[in-house]
Amino acid sequence: MLHSSIDRAAHATPPVLTRRIRGLSDRAIAWIFVAPSIVLLLAINIFPLIWTVRLSFTNFRVNRPNEAVQFVGLRNYLNILSDKDIWLTMQATAHFLIWTIVLQVLIGFALAYLINKKFRGNDLWTTIIVLPMMLSPAVVGNFWTFLYQPQIGLFNYAVGFLTGADPSSFSMIGDTTLAPWAIIIVDTWMWTPFVMLICLAGLRSIPSSIYEAAECDRASSWRQFWTITIPMVLPFLMLAILFRGIENFKMFDLVVQLTGGGPGSITELTSINLKREAFEKWRTGYASAYAVILFVTVFGLASIYVKALNKVKQR
Amino acid sequence: MSSYSVTEPSARQKWFAGTLVVLYAVITILPLLWIIGTGFKSPSDAIAYPPKTFFEPTLEGYVNLFTTRTRVTEEQLKEMGEPKTWYERLVRKDGLIIAGPSRFPERFYNSVIIGFGSTVLCIVLGTAAAYAFSRFKVPLKDDLLFFILSTRMMPPIAVAIPIFLMFRSLGLNDTHAGMILLYTAVNLSLSVWLLKGFIDEIPIEYEEAALIDGYTRFQAFYKVVLPQAATGIASTAIFCLIFAWNEYAFAVLLTSGTAQTAPPFIPTIIGVGGQDWPAVAAGATLFLVPVMVFTILLRKHLLRGITFGAVRK
Repeated sequence: MLHSSIDRAAHATPPVLTRRIRGLSDRAIAWIFVAPSIVLLLAINIFPLIWTVRLSFTNFRVNRPNEAVQFVGLRNYLNILSDKDIWLTMQATAHFLIWTIVLQVLIGFALAYLINKKFRGNDLWTTIIVLPMMLSPAVVGNFWTFLYQPQIGLFNYAVGFLTGADPSSFSMIGDTTLAPWAIIIVDTWMWTPFVMLICLAGLRSIPSSIYEAAECDRASSWRQFWTITIPMVLPFLMLAILFRGIENFKMFDLVVQLTGGGPGSITELTSINLKREAFEKWRTGYASAYAVILFVTVFGLASIYVKALNKVKQR
Repeated sequence: MSSYSVTEPSARQKWFAGTLVVLYAVITILPLLWIIGTGFKSPSDAIAYPPKTFFEPTLEGYVNLFTTRTRVTEEQLKEMGEPKTWYERLVRKDGLIIAGPSRFPERFYNSVIIGFGSTVLCIVLGTAAAYAFSRFKVPLKDDLLFFILSTRMMPPIAVAIPIFLMFRSLGLNDTHAGMILLYTAVNLSLSVWLLKGFIDEIPIEYEEAALIDGYTRFQAFYKVVLPQAATGIASTAIFCLIFAWNEYAFAVLLTSGTAQTAPPFIPTIIGVGGQDWPAVAAGATLFLVPVMVFTILLRKHLLRGITFGAVRK
């Protein structure tokens, strides 16, 4: 024990002496250290949020600064909730959210399970698989429109090569039935490694002694998988779903670059729709109410989910 | 020394798992290799059918990325005489001349300034706050920590409206200072949570020993905690840098000229009749490769960074 003498000295010293006050008290230092961060967050996160809430009750428009701002009560909120188009974007978002999570969980878990077999070079391949996740979604998304081009695009060529279909016969981002899948494919390509990494951490946290005990009890490997592996990884998996859920609910950059919400408004997710209302139609008050609704939705869903997650953890 | 373990996968299992993972890795890396490859293609090779895997590499994409060009007539071209540099020769082939530099270097420079500026600020503020949260009794500590985390749940577009108004009235729209402050606020939650995790792991006894030796709190923080947390601070810094580097939503809404970063700019590179894909790919390559290198350096801390320290491995 290298530090044992220091430790002993530290423990032997009365706490009063340890907290020897020279200059500032601990309490003052704590505040000096925390305050700048809190001030910055208040100025750039909370103040704007309060402002958004206030604007949401008005008919303010940024592009008409001279017009009198009127207080309209809950009218913006009622308009949004009764707007059919907004429910369509909510549906598009739900479709995107559900399928990306399903695919990423299935592929991510499968990959983690395979990597955990500890074949030679698994570290190297894991690092390669992780690369897309760290890159700029806007820049990569933009390049995917090139890969998705009919005929000359690599994606269409590969699909044609594998299925025998004519690569110029379909357009992933121009077709109303294919476009929702075009964004799901790219998001899955980018973010599967995220789920994979978390699952891998979960798999590696399972002590091998549990499997050894199961082996002694002659449990089949199928049974071991369902009664040991899955329940032990579940809390990790749920955490991964939480992160992906929040991120994809906010999804903007990747999809804006890929489809821009099109064709029509088939892939217009809520963030893209919101951007259109706020920065193209300049209906600031209306868009603020929209933003508040989205924020409350994410926050509410996330809180419920975290409660469920904690229950699973406790079991 | 052969010991049999029931939990060790058999050689056949390993081989099978390895094959599938390698197959997935090759497919997943293909689009990235395609970006890098397209950057070295000529415009006609880039849009060839079937897509060309092997081609004669050219720097045309990079030249187009860094320059703007104009078309001139045959006579004018003859009058100008022989091209002086290799890049001019490359451009003249298509009957064009170089008119001047492009906007790309400025945008790239903006990304560097805003990325590093916000990272430094984020680390300074984050380390201080994380140290306080880790070592002192801060009133309402859990609420404050949760508050810091919850700022991440907001869709960027939702806060963009008032930030746009606020920045406009303060004259911060489209400025480096404004973007640095904004990205610092966005990444601060990440840096506080990650750094708190790293500082929590440093035994408190070290500082107590230092305090007994007559160090003040500040000195103990400086001379004991900071060196111990150096690895954690470095990896947190890289995460902040990558996130600021990749950010698009705020950049596209709040910057248009002087402070515009590369992500909103690269997709707008156009050539004659549509996007100039080799130039776009060249820009993307220059923009993405540094991140790839950092990712490889970070691989040990990756999980911790992307999960806000929720999973530490």
